[in-house]
Amino acid sequence: MSLPVLMFFVCGVLAVTGAILLIWAKEPIHSALALILVMVSLAVLYLLLGAPFIAAIQIIVYAGAIMVLFVFVIMLLNAGAEEHTDFSRLAKYSGLPLGVILIFWAAHWLWRSPVATAEGTGGLIAGPDSTRNLSVQLFRQYLFPFEATSILILIAILGALVLARKEE
Amino acid sequence: MEFISQHPVLVASVVKTLVLLFIVMTALAYLTWLERKVIAHIQSRWGPYFVGAHGLLQPLADGLKFLFKEDITPPVTDKLVYMLAPFLALSLALTAIALIPFGPPSVVFLHGQQAFSVADVGIGLLMVFAITSIGVYGVALAGWSSNSKYPLMGGLRSSAQMISYEVSLTMSVIGVVLVAGTLNFNEVIQRQSGPFWHWNVLGIHNGAFPQIVGFLCYLTAAIAETNRVPFDLPEAETELVAGFHTEYSSFKFAMFFMAEYANMITVSCLATILFFGGWLSPLPDSWAWQTFLPGAGLVLLGIYCAYDTVTQMRGIARIQLGVVTLLCFGAGLLCLIPAVASVIQGPFWFTTKILIILFFYIWMRGTLPRFRYDQLMSFGWKLLLPVSLANLVITAAWLVFGARHG
Amino acid sequence: MSVVPISYYLVLSAVLFGLGVIAFVFKRNIITVFMSIELMLNAVNLAFVAFARAHNQLDGLVFVFFVIVVAAAEAAVGLAIVIMIAQNRQSLSVERMNHLKL
Repeated sequence: MSLPVLMFFVCGVLAVTGAILLIWAKEPIHSALALILVMVSLAVLYLLLGAPFIAAIQIIVYAGAIMVLFVFVIMLLNAGAEEHTDFSRLAKYSGLPLGVILIFWAAHWLWRSPVATAEGTGGLIAGPDSTRNLSVQLFRQYLFPFEATSILILIAILGALVLARKEE
Repeated sequence: MEFISQHPVLVASVVKTLVLLFIVMTALAYLTWLERKVIAHIQSRWGPYFVGAHGLLQPLADGLKFLFKEDITPPVTDKLVYMLAPFLALSLALTAIALIPFGPPSVVFLHGQQAFSVADVGIGLLMVFAITSIGVYGVALAGWSSNSKYPLMGGLRSSAQMISYEVSLTMSVIGVVLVAGTLNFNEVIQRQSGPFWHWNVLGIHNGAFPQIVGFLCYLTAAIAETNRVPFDLPEAETELVAGFHTEYSSFKFAMFFMAEYANMITVSCLATILFFGGWLSPLPDSWAWQTFLPGAGLVLLGIYCAYDTVTQMRGIARIQLGVVTLLCFGAGLLCLIPAVASVIQGPFWFTTKILIILFFYIWMRGTLPRFRYDQLMSFGWKLLLPVSLANLVITAAWLVFGARHG
Repeated sequence: MSVVPISYYLVLSAVLFGLGVIAFVFKRNIITVFMSIELMLNAVNLAFVAFARAHNQLDGLVFVFFVIVVAAAEAAVGLAIVIMIAQNRQSLSVERMNHLKL
């Protein structure tokens, strides 16, 4: 088994373990830590797929800012363990099997998709210049969405500030 | 030997990692010694002078103390997070040092592997910022899991401060990235080659803009990021007992302590690489005698230690300083051999610049009072961030319009 | 082309997305439900990057960039709303939040 395949399996197992821990943990802080584990292993997978810039952005923004926000909110609200209430019988006996069936069905159809044999058009990704190419695309072809998302972030900042202000 | 030639990257990485780990841990220990000595002399006293000659064995004594102290675990509700926080802080702080190049990439060993940088990635700068941005969790989780008022407040304040100044930190560095056109550390250093006014902080050559404002913003944001005076309210003794690491004792506290100094070393290394030319020498390359500077410096240090041994020391301190003298002379003579001297040039200048920046850090600690928390936050958001953004805009405008006109 | 077949990444993405759906449906704490939304977004990001690598085009990576940015904005506003509601209803359980009136 070559090193990339081994890395893929290690990170894949870590990611799935993190997701299962997210479901299984009783305290929200443990779920947050599990989600950080998922995000970091996904960042390593992005590196394996030859997208180093996206991997760095994933860690800086997702694991280093968004999850910090989640952890802050959990600390501020002093979120403790969830109340234990019984699920209805419908949910217990049909919910989980249906969820598992969803996973298997999606995995099965994606496994059989013809994408894996599609050929690409030159080394735009996974080269020494991939960051430069990505930024060129971002600022030429996708300039309007870029500016629109910056306005979106401004709106989000204003919204969060207004919502979280104490009543005077 | 077959294994080495078949897997040069793996073997070289392991060797470099072990050597770097050893050097960094020793440097951390002696950085604490340097801090205590410098602050003591600023405050007109001596600092450690009893344990070993000139207090040089003080870090060893401190390390032994931390190992043998009683490990008190308060009644925390969440043991996993309580144990995880110091490990996270220390391991992330040490990982960031793996990306720093200590010398030119032309020095190779073991089938063409770079000798002075453990990981030379195309996006080195972004990786270092990624690692420091996860470092916030060590502080936040330590404060949360300690199940006590002071650590919780200290942890929340400290992590809020860290994420606020992280924004200004990254903004102040983008000017350098614009000038250099790359995120790779070795490339950034290569673009600064030449006389010392080509360094990014002065930046007086074609296609560059002086990044002095960027450097000042970076230094301020870095001091706030590493929770040092004047931004160390979250761990100040008079305010919050000891902040987020109140409830940690012995080895776990030592890990937080080491993590703070390792963060200091990392941001100093970054400042050197981005603004001061990394391992480049400030003297013109035509002055060939500069290769003998490291050796000459060490021999001079040996002469000073010999003078001290003979005149000042008594008893066991005399023997210890005598050993140090012999080591200095040995290392100095070793560095005077031309083969070694040409290799040691890069790391010598790099270490000198880092030591100057660390001395500045320690000098600030001995001199300035600390900010109040609301002053700290308003300084970060209302002054530092607009100044970094203005630096970015002016640098970008200069590069675009200046390039068009000449 | 990547050494690891692209279909492996797509299967992992499907598994993570399914686990995110299960977490969304079964968890009671509103913050954990939010985190499961982020998990689903991450699974979709992985699929985008895998497809970008398969077709060797950068548009997938640009889309991932925008998804991350929009997720950040959504998390900020969403958590602000969660803080307000939690302080209003004194509880973080979704079962207490299923009426528009208090």
